[in-house]
Amino acid sequence: MLKIKDLRVEIEGKEIIKGLSLEINKGEVHAIMGPNGAGKSTLSAVIAGRDEYDVTGGSIEFDGKDIMDMAPEDRAHAGVFLSFQYPVEIPGVSVTNFIKTALNESRKARGLEPMPAKDMLKLMREKQALLEMDKQFMSRSLNEGFSGGEKKRNEIFQMAILDPKLAILDETDSGLDIDALRIVANGVNKLKNEDNAVMIITHYQRLLDHIIPDFVHVLYDGKIVKSGDKNLALELEEKGYDWIKKEIEA
Amino acid sequence: MKLQDKLINSFEKFGQSLNGSETDSLRKMRTNGIEVFKNLGFPTTKDEEWKYTSLNKSIKRDYDFGAEFSLDIRSEDVDRFLCTDIDSYKLVFVNGVFNDSLSNTTQQDKFFVSNLKEAYEGKSELFNQYYGTLADAELSMVGLNTAYAQEGAFVYVKAGTVVDKLIQILYINSDSSRAMMNQTRNLIVVEDRAEVQILERHQSLSDEYVFSNSVTEISVGNEANLKHYKIQNDQDTASLVDSTFVKQGAKSSALVDTFAFSGELTRNNLHFEFAGEHAEAHMDAITLLKGSSLVDHHTFVDHAVPNCQSFQLYKGIYDEKSKGVFNGKVMVRKDAQKTNAFQQNNNLLLSDFASIDTKPQLEIFADDVACSHGCTIGQLDEEALFYMQSRGIPVKEAKAFLMFAFAGDTLKNIGIPQLKEQLVNLVARELKVDLELN
Repeated sequence: MLKIKDLRVEIEGKEIIKGLSLEINKGEVHAIMGPNGAGKSTLSAVIAGRDEYDVTGGSIEFDGKDIMDMAPEDRAHAGVFLSFQYPVEIPGVSVTNFIKTALNESRKARGLEPMPAKDMLKLMREKQALLEMDKQFMSRSLNEGFSGGEKKRNEIFQMAILDPKLAILDETDSGLDIDALRIVANGVNKLKNEDNAVMIITHYQRLLDHIIPDFVHVLYDGKIVKSGDKNLALELEEKGYDWIKKEIEA
Repeated sequence: MKLQDKLINSFEKFGQSLNGSETDSLRKMRTNGIEVFKNLGFPTTKDEEWKYTSLNKSIKRDYDFGAEFSLDIRSEDVDRFLCTDIDSYKLVFVNGVFNDSLSNTTQQDKFFVSNLKEAYEGKSELFNQYYGTLADAELSMVGLNTAYAQEGAFVYVKAGTVVDKLIQILYINSDSSRAMMNQTRNLIVVEDRAEVQILERHQSLSDEYVFSNSVTEISVGNEANLKHYKIQNDQDTASLVDSTFVKQGAKSSALVDTFAFSGELTRNNLHFEFAGEHAEAHMDAITLLKGSSLVDHHTFVDHAVPNCQSFQLYKGIYDEKSKGVFNGKVMVRKDAQKTNAFQQNNNLLLSDFASIDTKPQLEIFADDVACSHGCTIGQLDEEALFYMQSRGIPVKEAKAFLMFAFAGDTLKNIGIPQLKEQLVNLVARELKVDLELN
């Protein structure tokens, strides 16, 4: 589904991603772990199409198509979803209105009519229940004054509505208390199926207690330096990142 | 001949043409008006109040005034610019002249909606009581208007009366055969405990240049409630100078909500004066400009008595080579304790060539007051744009969404749902999007 080959990315002349390759197939859950500054958030932003980064080498294919020159909205329509580490507050735009517009734009891109109001309402109610969100939430301005937990739940709520092929969860566990973490993880697990894939970017093991990864990759200094199964995450949790740094430097 | 001289020289002939159809006091007012204009002339950028706005381009043209203009207009051309979703009283002026057949006036014991000309020709007592008492007669543009004004809206609402329908005042300019200047004038009297909502629109359909100099006097009685919405020119051949004076009684509430969409030049002078305590004034405005339009909002709020509140919320979005000006003056006089004056001016510049001059002016002579002002100038938030795009909203729509969200809180005080919907759609159309906006 996602094929990244020898990717190199710079921002303001500084190389952040230094030849990264990664392949994610449908049905899989991948975790990308690594210390601060390793390039994790850059990687997620580049996949989603943020244009302030300069891609200087390599390729990203999604469903067999080169997406490097595609606008972020076109990537979204193709099935890429990025859950932001810091969701943006947009005063004056309600959650309902925003997600309605997003869904209908994506339908339009696929040549479909806007979703009838009744179906839309039903879909929203269903996903609201999944994320244990109350009704008032829907009429509030997008992310404005939301707690950290509410923002992340709102991200997963949007993911649930948009039903992407590939969901990238960038530090979704940060700022979450235990209950919110459980709700968010439960939401992701319910949405997971054999046709879609999830890429989890995280520092810590704790989200991976709830969403079990098939693969764990360690991103360090712009490259994937180690890959393994879920046990690698446990090992990192126990020993930290220093042993990997030593291993590389050796 | 320069426009200024032409206006001064034509006054005598104009006075003769009136042929004694009006009272001595009105005639005197006209004479004073032209004297003021003669002494001061058109404002120039040397005048502190006009520092950022030059009338030069607008006044160097030759305009006809007082001539007979075409009065032909199709009713569908008029309907486009009215709120047609609701029943309303209507005053339609075509090329400065009242058009009876397109209007829907009313004359009742408790209120009336009529052409100003009828009132002064009929030597109405109410007219004499209020006309010219609220506008600042020492301003040159007011003087010029007073000298020549004949037609406009006269709305009167008797104490305790709630006007059942929206009142719409439409000034439409449609004569494409020559450039035209007109002096439109409104008088609105809302007595104690009365309520009324008014929509005033200036709209040009003409390819020729139009220069409107408009004066509006509004008296709001004790515990009365007025909402006045202004929609201004969207043709780049049209210029408008609007001077509006609102005087409020105790415990009254007044809103002036301005929608300024392009036009060659638009200058709004909006004056509020509190004459009674515990009154509140709201000034909301959205300015959406492109091309080389200039819109200048000059507000002046006079807190002359204690315990009043004023709220100014001015939002502007400027594209291409357009230019905005906001000058918000708040005067809190010595006795006006417990004043609460709030002023906000937020601007988005969408192009490197667009500009805004913003200047808050607070003059506070009382010591127990809460006054705040803030202004921001910025661009669309890239982070927010990317966020929306990443959810599948195309960049054009995402921008419109953000602009609408930016401007949207100036729509919150609109008192009629259908009108609000229409104004929301108007804003959405100006932003060139077909979105379901909230």
